[in-house]
Amino acid sequence: MSEKTLNAFKGTAEQEAALKEVIAKHHDQPGGLMPVLQEAQGIYGYLPLEVQTMVADGLGISLSEVYGVATFYSQFSLTPKGKHQISVCLGTACYVKGSAKILEAVENQLGIKSGECTPDGLFSIDSCRCVGACGLAPVMTIGEEVYGRLVPDQVKKILDSYKEGGAEA
Amino acid sequence: MTINELNQIRDSKADLIKVRRIVAEEAAKLAEKTGYRKQVLVCGGTGCQSSGSKKVLEALEDELKAQGIENEILVVRTGCFGLCSLGPIMIVYPEGTFYAQATPEGVRRVVKEHLKEGNVCKDLLYKETVHEDGSIISLAETNFYKKQKRIALRNCGVIDPENIDEYIGTHGYEALYKALTSMSQDDVIKEVLDSGIRGRGGAGFPTGRKWMFAKASQGDIKYVACNADEGDPGAFMDRSILEGDPHAIIEAMAIAAYAIGAHQGFVYVRAEYPVAVHRLSVALEQARERGLLGKDIFGTGFDFDIEIRLGAGAFVCGEETALMTSIEGHRGEPRPRPPFPAVKGLFGKPTVLNNVETLANIAQIIRKGAAWYSSMGTEGSKGTKVFALGGKITNVGLVEVPMGTTLREVVEEIGGGIPNGKKFKAAQTGGPSGGCIPAKYIDTPIDYDNLVALGSMMGSGGLIIMDEDTCMVDISKFYLEFTVDESCGKCTPCRVGTKRLLQILEKITSGKGEMEDIDKLEELANHMKSSSLCALGQSAPNPVLSTLKSFRDEYEAHIKDKKCPAGVCKSLLSFEIEKEKCIGCGLCARNCPVSAISKTDYTAPGKKLPAMAIDQSKCIKCGVCMSNCKFGAVIKK
Amino acid sequence: MENVQMVHLKINGIPAEVPAGSTILQAAKSVGVEIPTLCYLKDVNCIGACRICVVEATGARGLVAACVYPVAEGMEVQTNTPKVRASRKTTVELLLSNHKKKCLSCVRNNNCELQKLAIDYNVDEDRFPSDGDPEYELDTSSPYLIRDNNKCVKCMRCIAACKDVQSVSVIGKIDRGFKTRVDCAFDKNLMESPCVGCGQCIVACPVGALREKSNEDQVWNALADPDKKVVFFTAPAVRATLGEAFNMPMGTNVEGKMAAAIRRLGADGVFDMNVTADLTIMEEANELIERIKGGKTLPMFTSCCPGWIKFCEHYYPEFLDHISTCKSPQQMFGAVLKSYYCEKNGIDPKNLFVVSVIPCTAKKFEVTREEQRTGDFDDVDVALTTRELGRMIKSAGIDFVDLEDERFDQPFETATGAGVIFGATGGVMEAALRTAAATLDGTCKAVEFKEVRGTQGIKEATYKVGGVELNVAVASGLANARKIVEQVKSGEKNYHFVEIMACPGGCINGGGQPVTSDSVRNYVDFKTIRASALYSSDEANTLRKSHESPVMKLLYDEYFEAPGKEKAHHLLHTTYVKRGK
Ligand SMILES: Cc1cc2nc3c(=O)[nH]c(=O)nc-3n(C[C@H](O)[C@H](O)[C@H](O)COP(=O)(O)O)c2cc1C
Ligand code: SF4
Ligand code: SF4
Ligand code: SF4
Ligand code: SF4
Ligand code: SF4
Ligand code: SF4
Ligand code: SF4
Ligand code: SF4
Ligand code: FES
Ligand code: FES
Ligand code: FES
Repeated sequence: MSEKTLNAFKGTAEQEAALKEVIAKHHDQPGGLMPVLQEAQGIYGYLPLEVQTMVADGLGISLSEVYGVATFYSQFSLTPKGKHQISVCLGTACYVKGSAKILEAVENQLGIKSGECTPDGLFSIDSCRCVGACGLAPVMTIGEEVYGRLVPDQVKKILDSYKEGGAEA
Repeated sequence: MTINELNQIRDSKADLIKVRRIVAEEAAKLAEKTGYRKQVLVCGGTGCQSSGSKKVLEALEDELKAQGIENEILVVRTGCFGLCSLGPIMIVYPEGTFYAQATPEGVRRVVKEHLKEGNVCKDLLYKETVHEDGSIISLAETNFYKKQKRIALRNCGVIDPENIDEYIGTHGYEALYKALTSMSQDDVIKEVLDSGIRGRGGAGFPTGRKWMFAKASQGDIKYVACNADEGDPGAFMDRSILEGDPHAIIEAMAIAAYAIGAHQGFVYVRAEYPVAVHRLSVALEQARERGLLGKDIFGTGFDFDIEIRLGAGAFVCGEETALMTSIEGHRGEPRPRPPFPAVKGLFGKPTVLNNVETLANIAQIIRKGAAWYSSMGTEGSKGTKVFALGGKITNVGLVEVPMGTTLREVVEEIGGGIPNGKKFKAAQTGGPSGGCIPAKYIDTPIDYDNLVALGSMMGSGGLIIMDEDTCMVDISKFYLEFTVDESCGKCTPCRVGTKRLLQILEKITSGKGEMEDIDKLEELANHMKSSSLCALGQSAPNPVLSTLKSFRDEYEAHIKDKKCPAGVCKSLLSFEIEKEKCIGCGLCARNCPVSAISKTDYTAPGKKLPAMAIDQSKCIKCGVCMSNCKFGAVIKK
Repeated sequence: MENVQMVHLKINGIPAEVPAGSTILQAAKSVGVEIPTLCYLKDVNCIGACRICVVEATGARGLVAACVYPVAEGMEVQTNTPKVRASRKTTVELLLSNHKKKCLSCVRNNNCELQKLAIDYNVDEDRFPSDGDPEYELDTSSPYLIRDNNKCVKCMRCIAACKDVQSVSVIGKIDRGFKTRVDCAFDKNLMESPCVGCGQCIVACPVGALREKSNEDQVWNALADPDKKVVFFTAPAVRATLGEAFNMPMGTNVEGKMAAAIRRLGADGVFDMNVTADLTIMEEANELIERIKGGKTLPMFTSCCPGWIKFCEHYYPEFLDHISTCKSPQQMFGAVLKSYYCEKNGIDPKNLFVVSVIPCTAKKFEVTREEQRTGDFDDVDVALTTRELGRMIKSAGIDFVDLEDERFDQPFETATGAGVIFGATGGVMEAALRTAAATLDGTCKAVEFKEVRGTQGIKEATYKVGGVELNVAVASGLANARKIVEQVKSGEKNYHFVEIMACPGGCINGGGQPVTSDSVRNYVDFKTIRASALYSSDEANTLRKSHESPVMKLLYDEYFEAPGKEKAHHLLHTTYVKRGK
């Protein structure tokens, strides 16, 4: 079963207005659902029931179709992400250079598994397949920041730098 | 825009760009004419951006101003040079000196010492370009570049991708003009057909034939689409081309559109490639401004425009029918073929879909002719191929070589060999659909047919080098994990088959395998190959089959001896502390994530503190203790 | 059909000639070669996904899916080679490895397409690991169906039925890869979704992953309760299909055996719901004429299909006042039984246990509707589908096939041919036209209105009766219904009267009917065959217009006075509820 939305939905009027605009923009475009979901996720950070319902109604397609698309593509998220989104590359170039151990180190350090978010909402971990920085393998990204040529021992220090209110977003 | 305007722009930029391509002495002479004493190219590719090229660029521009030479030196932000592991990369022309791993501080020195005073900062150069006698060679003369033949990548790392005039300066859009004004649709198709170019996206289907079919299809609406989904993890050829030379793709799509009678194009690009998307958007905008896209291109009455669509993280969407389903706004599930896209593609209309790298060759073929192109390569595989060289190799990066180059040339010469004195074990090509080529075939000339004969495939160009520390069973497990994740789930053989294959591999790597599991693996793999709906499922077992073929002994070692020869599979290995060597410093214990290490009662002779020991029941085999111990007391068994 | 290009090929060496564009599956059938299928269901689903139908064909790499692969001139196809058989066998093994194999207690035991494949290909082992496969909760939220994802083979036939045939699309494909499953959005259950209860997903499902919610035990208990008087009435379409549950030929009318069998179950009365179909016509025709003459809301939509009613409530609430206020024949019968019948026979309605036998899952929801009640009890206690009745008869040990025909009980024995054709699309319309035409023009002798017959999704006709020009339309299948409503909404079409049946072909193809496997549905026009049983029954009847029925005369004389009058209004009409999407 996929995770149900834990946090209560807290959408603002501005977000809703922005979403309406996005829907209007793509309404008559063939295949507009994907761009709408992409932009909706940009607005809300994730795609909870309330958002998908607005998209479905706005585009005149069924909610189950929207949900089917949202759960097909790994980039769409049904749950809010952490303040710092960690993504460890498990692409081949990174994998043969030991990125599985990096992921494991991150999981061990934070006490959560890939796909989860720490209870304090500070970090979420995901894995990805190649960020295109294979030259720096193994690679991990935290937010926009890219960390390359990693060894597991570095992980703790990097994470700590985000903890003590240190690195802001 | 007219051809005269195009020529004017080209002439105004041509010398500037030539300086970056030709040997130093000639370039120096030419440089005088261009109005810029020197040009500094800074890589703005994703790899270099990740390692800090933005800061380098800022420092460069800042320091140029500080030194008051900003008007004599032209700064160009290019796409990927191909040597991303040495990034951020900076090259100074006309001499072609190559600064690797540039830092803001280093750059300030280069500005002052090299650009202003004329003394190359030797200590900051890529070490391969500085000979022992102190002489310096240019980037083009390095082993990494020497053997390469750059056609698809010809402008990557050479021009500013966000400046259309620079592209025009390389004869850009002349091929489109030629096609529109002096060639019939069939002429264009014939040229592409005669060039012998085959699709670079994986399947290797002759591009000319694809276009021919699409042209022959009836219909007033047709589409051209570019596959920039690049799902093969560890491959980044297409990304680099889009980042480094986006107009080449636009021009080629326009040519393809003319050839088949389409007026609308789509580029389906991974959302993980923000830089590529940005550069492509800028390029589209500039092409529209110049009238090279839109209505009545070159006054010929031909209309064409392009829309960008972003993927959302599904490998299967690289498959052509899935890609189209995705553009149509659905779950990216493949559709049965026939009907082929050339007959019934996007929105049910005849569609040509080509890979980025395929397209990157097209304008050159039209401009220079089929004969020129087909003179390169082997009998069945013409031209060049771009590889993303990665894994256990010294020069990680992008290389483009003529078809038929041997694996040895790529690994040992261009790639600079395996680091840390390790032995070359296998090369993986074709990503999750491909296979592993064992060391004994290192002298095989690389082309479509040879790779297939070896049980692998060209794929899109990922080339991952593995050394003796790589467990081949683990590698096939890795790829199966990938395909289990990425299978769309539509058809039975792939949806269930990938999962069951993976479970058997997990059983083997955890030491519970039985010999009959190998038969099951083969049976299931062959079933998936013959019966899956799309090429994802048909090729997902390739990593298993190819490693079974070349490394069966490793499978058997896991099963019979319960050993992982490469020391990778966790269940088959343990970490132990040799108590005679341990000085009891406790570093391992402090870093163990699960507190599996504690003091013993034993103190080795000559040591002050009691030795440590690992509680095997707690240990999760992360190896942190081993990498922390400075005394070599932790061993892997 | 002239000008169709023919293609020549060989199937297992047998020469075949088929129109260009045919699939290998069709070509093979044309020369008597059957290829097994699982995900393919004619007119519903054609996605080439399950890979059961693989064959070898010249010119193709690997095996190809016969259900989607087009034939080509000169092609040679082999459908039964060792390679093909091995592939099918492994595919079935893979499916079974991820399947809750509980045939003994499964509704589809002996009527299961997966089970048949397992037998045909001799699959009897658990060769592949399945530990750690997810276990899914059952969805038992609705009063009409149960979804068990543990038995789902991901053929997606149900989704195609719900989305493409019904345009409802409450169930969809979720996630991808091995985790792919069929569910409602956000894993909600059916009752939280705008499911209309039509059950078309059930009759599309090849296995036991979808089934009706069974009420058999309630009926058994009532039959055994000495304080309860248990009466059954059976819908028109049930007699046309119940025989299939006993392997009788499709299209056999088993009206008499059905009455006999129900009596043997222990029923205190067995009635014919055709009677309230007639009653519906009396009320509905009257309402139509009133709406036309009174210049009230038009077009009027029929109301006898609860699948359509719920659809309209969810998706077109603004059209609710277009729907006839007549209850469905099922609800009318319940109301008549618990009022008139109880009064006549001195029964306390609380002790009368009313069982309807219907071809329909939506009616299981309908009996729970608050606004349909006439007292403080449900008018119908249990709605039993054709399938459930079939199972009850079997489990009671009744030799159905050899039963002597018996008649329905009085006073509801006699019904007209108009009532029986209710079970097929166009039937309600035709029945209404027979009565309306006679009412508007006393001299009108017209009986058959063939333009509205047939299984195509949308039918239109214009009739001139009594100086009035009547524009009518008939739709079956909710995607067609949606089309019609949209056209009415946009003003593109102007109708007076529209019949809508949720199930394609009408109740003969209802969600509660015996499940016809793909090996039949893919080749046989089962809707037409089933409907023919009803039309022959109509033709054989001496009474063909509802208003000519003696039972109608009796009911109106003794009880309701006239259509639309006070009592009729109270007992036979209802209101509808706006529901969200
Ligand atoms: C699972 C799968 C993934 C694929 N991914 C890509 C891809 O990322 N990029 C690509 O160009 N082609 C990819 N292909 C190949 C395409 O289906 C298609 O053959 C190709 O884009 C056609 O272009 P070409 O003829 O220029 O090679 C993939 C194929 C499969 C089966
Ligand atoms: S082979 Fe795999 S990816 Fe392709 S259609 Fe089948 S399940 Fe989907
Ligand atoms: S391998 Fe990891 S878990 Fe095991 S003892 Fe060493 S540090 Fe601890
Ligand atoms: S780090 Fe090495 S020497 Fe130090 S306690 Fe651990 S095993 Fe002993
Ligand atoms: S669905 Fe079919 S195979 Fe599965 S348990 Fe039921 S009868 Fe058996
Ligand atoms: S009962 Fe009808 S509406 Fe409900 S899920 Fe099944 S097909 Fe869809
Ligand atoms: S529920 Fe039945 S019809 Fe639907 S996908 Fe599963 S097996 Fe097929
Ligand atoms: S026609 Fe169908 S819906 Fe109408 S009463 Fe008869 S069985 Fe029910
Ligand atoms: S058409 Fe008949 S079987 Fe189908 S939902 Fe309507 S009443 Fe029920
Ligand atoms: S494989 Fe990790 S960045 Fe490419
Ligand atoms: S990104 Fe700079 S060299 Fe590749
Ligand atoms: S693939 Fe043909 S029946 Fe499923």
